Parts: sequence; structure tokens; C-alpha cells
Amino acid sequence: MSKYMLIMRGNEAALAAFEAKPFEEVIEAMGRYNESMIEAGVLVAGEGLADAAEGVVVEFGGEVPVVTDGPYGELKELFNGYWTVETPTIEEAVEWAKRAPLGVGNKIEVRRVNGIEDFPADNEWIQKEAQWIEQAGK
Amino acid sequence: MTDDSGGRVADPAAARRAVEAVWRIEAARIVATLTRYTGDFALAEDLAQEALAEALAAWPQTGVPRNPGAWLTTTAKRRAIDGWRRREKFDAHVALLARELDEATDPDALPWDPDSIDDDVLRLVFVSCHPVLSREASIALTLRVVGGLTTPEIARSFFVPVATVQQRIVRAKATLAAAHVPFETPPRDEYPARLAAVLQVLYLIFTEGHSPATGERGMRADLALEAVRLSRVLAELVPQEPEAHGLAALLEFTAARFPARTAPDGSAVLLADQDRTRWDRLLIARGRTALARSDALRRGRGPYALQAAIAEQHALAPSVEATDWPRIVLLYEALGRIAPSPVVELNRAVAVSMAEGPASGLRIVDAVAATGALRGSHVVPSARGELLARLGRTEEARAEFEAAVRLAGNDAERAVLAGKLAAL
Repeated sequence: MSKYMLIMRGNEAALAAFEAKPFEEVIEAMGRYNESMIEAGVLVAGEGLADAAEGVVVEFGGEVPVVTDGPYGELKELFNGYWTVETPTIEEAVEWAKRAPLGVGNKIEVRRVNGIEDFPADNEWIQKEAQWIEQAGK
Repeated sequence: MTDDSGGRVADPAAARRAVEAVWRIEAARIVATLTRYTGDFALAEDLAQEALAEALAAWPQTGVPRNPGAWLTTTAKRRAIDGWRRREKFDAHVALLARELDEATDPDALPWDPDSIDDDVLRLVFVSCHPVLSREASIALTLRVVGGLTTPEIARSFFVPVATVQQRIVRAKATLAAAHVPFETPPRDEYPARLAAVLQVLYLIFTEGHSPATGERGMRADLALEAVRLSRVLAELVPQEPEAHGLAALLEFTAARFPARTAPDGSAVLLADQDRTRWDRLLIARGRTALARSDALRRGRGPYALQAAIAEQHALAPSVEATDWPRIVLLYEALGRIAPSPVVELNRAVAVSMAEGPASGLRIVDAVAATGALRGSHVVPSARGELLARLGRTEEARAEFEAAVRLAGNDAERAVLAGKLAAL
């Protein structure tokens, strides 16, 4: 078993289509989708992001990072939220991704989440990170 | 794994995994629906397997259909009708089913009734864990029909030949048929015992994967994590049952320790020696949520919830020394009253020794030894050796550990005990 993050991304057309839909309808479709993954025992975490217009982008390029207001300017896609599922294969994570109630212009990127076992146990920074995760978890 | 719109997959192994992924998600609902449709669990299971075989042959060429659950269910129903036709059981009832099947054209329609499917899946769980079945049979059947594992996957998990698993499934279905086991949730008077049987089967699947019995760790951990998943599924099916959440909590907490329980050389690491920073915080959080849901039902803690509460104390403690041992002693006392066993007593002894000192623990261990209940097992000499060593009675401890090594059931246990012996 591995954890996979289903990363939801969408372009402006997808956002416009989403906003044109009745809110109740969107909430119900997402709710049903989340419930189906909870009932299947695979959903372990997930969060949706607030409007990108509220966000800020810190961009690295020149000597100092450049801070601009969101949305991302040049970028054609916005990162809107994620689900973390725990499945034995990436194919099963993909199968869950395919069932998301999303329309044209949306994408879900499926990525395996690194576990502590992916890193050398004797690295000082890996040990520190594990401690931070532990402290944050309490 | 390229996947053009409908999902044609170039790599046959990836295509197979894609079909298996759909199967894992849909198997229980498909078998439950077919059992309702045919009125015959064994037939339904056969039909579902035939539909899976058809999908494995067809989908790598055609791509995964838009509504794979409906495709599999419809395919199985057609097989059922063909079978009835061949055996000349094609009466008016079957003709009606056949016509319904032909008229159902909406490709996006759910292949089952959303209002009753959860009840049907729960019936399936109760059938798979029915007390007329042997433990091995229940485990194999539950993994196959509820978990959606294929027979080769189950065989690999238990290190047995595929034919052995097939035989267990065939026999299980024959036993259920011979006993006329109905497709129903148990009546009220049988319900607690039947639910306990279901919880036990899931617990056994977990311990099978959890025990460091033999090599291939990854596969074993996957089996245990499949049991965790099934316990979550069950908790959602019977959300009003505190022990379903209790079991889920216990398994989440225990699975959270997996990343820390094996040393880089593959040897087992005891709880006391585990690097707690490697514990899976997400699973610990899930365990706490599940235990809170059990408690919120306000019907008291059963054996699983109590074990979960003990595991929670360990999960929250930054170290062995900083563990709330007096609280763990109380939890073991409660557990010992509602589910008395010599193993619980030994665990209580260890907790008492941590809370009050090794002499108090040793008295409890000696009382267990005096009953002779665990004669032949390494656990009593192992616990005695531990406590004697802490009391500075090294020679007596050595004798106990030597006895424990002789009685150890497998290499991993032997290695741990030999390590303790060497450390004296």
C-alpha cells in the first residue's frame, strides 16, 4: 500500500463552468464522491483551496524572490485541492481519480506520497523532519 | 501506462492492474447485487469471477468502459440468463429478467439500487464470516468477495499455492449452500455474536499480515493494511456499532507503527526500541478519530476499543519512560474483566512492572505460570526473563530466556530472544 495524492488542477474555463453551476449541486456531487472513498476505506486526507485570487505567489528567479498577487499570472492552470488515498497500486488511485465529479478543463495529477521509508534513516535532516512531523501531529 | 480517453492501455501488465483496480473497488457491490438477483451466493460469486475473467480478456483491447461496474454486472447477469437457458430453467421469471436486461440502455445508470446496496454488501460480509465456515475459509472468502482480491493475490499473501485458495473458496461456497445460509443480516438475538465473528475475521487477516512470520515483508504489510481498509469499510456499514470503530481504531494505531517495526537488516524491532518519529501520524490521527466515534456512541468500550485505547496511550507517548503506565494498567484491568485471557494478564504484568516496578509484575507473571495456561509457549519464560533481568537476578533470567528461545515459534522471535539473552 502506498499513499497517493490526487492533485486537482483546472484552467479558467473549468473555473467559469464550476462557478456557473448551482453551488448546492457542486457540493452534493463532491460530497457523494468523498463519501464513496470513505466508504471504500481509501480516503485518508483531503483539502480544498480557497479562491486563488486571495493567494499570493512567491516566484524565484532573480536575486530575490518576487512576490505577486494571485492568481498565477502566466500560468494556465490553478491548483484547487487534493485528496490523499491509500491504495495498493497507482492504478487503483487512478481509478478513483477518474471518478471525480469534474468537467472539461480539469486535471487530476496522481502522485505517490513519499514515506519515511523512502529516505536514508541515518540522515540528520531526515531525522529532524520526522521529529517535526511527530510534533505537528500532536 | 498511457491511457487515451477511454483508456486503451499499451502495457498488458498495467492493463491487468487497471482491471484489478476496478475490481477491488466494485467486487463487493457486484457480488452482492448478483446474489440478490440470482438468490444464490455461490452462483453469484461464480458469475462475478466469470465477468472478471471476461474483463481481463477484453479491456486491454477495448479500454476500460465508462461505467465498469455496470459492464461487469451486466456481463454477469447475461451469463446467469445463458446458464438458466442451457439448464432449461428459462421460465417466465427468467424471461422477465432477460427482457429487463435488454431494455436497460442508460450506460451511466448505476447497476444497483443505491438505497439498498449498502445493506446487500453488509449481508455479504455476514455470509463470508458465517460461523459454519472454517477460519481459513472465511478469511479467503472475505478477501475475495468483500476485499476484491484475486485468488493469486490471496495465495501470495498467505504463501500457499493458488490451488489451495481456490479449494478453500469452493469448499466455503459448498458449505454455505449445504447449511442453507440465508443472504440476510442476522436477526437481533444472533447479531452480537455474528458481528463479533466478522470483527474476528478482520482481526485475523490483520494479524496474519502483522506477524513477522516469514519473509516478503511488503506483501505481508499490504495484507494487514487491507484488513485496516476492510475495518474502515465495516465501520461505515455499521456506524452504530462501537466495536466496529474500536477494531478500526486498534488496527489504525497498530499499522501506524509499521514503518518503525523493522530494522534495516530486516529484523523485528520491539515497541520499546522503536524510533517513534517513524510512526505514521496520519494513521494515529485516524485511530484517535475512530476511537472517539466508538466512545461517542456511549455504550462503553468493548475488547477492541480497550485495546485501541491502550495502543492510543503508546501512540501518544514520546518514549517508553514518558508513557502513562498507570492508565495502561487500568485499561488492561478492564480488558481482563470483559475478555479474560492469560495473554492479557501477561500484558498487564508488563504494564504493572512499568508503573510499580518489576517485582509487582513478576507476581502476576508467576500467577499466570502457575495456571499452566500458556505452557509450551515462549511468552511466559520471555516475560519472566525480562522482569528477572530488571530485578538483577541475571542467572535466573538467563535460564528463562534460554527456555524461551527453545520454545520460540519462528526465526524472528528467536532472534529477538537471543538478542535479550546476549544483552544480559
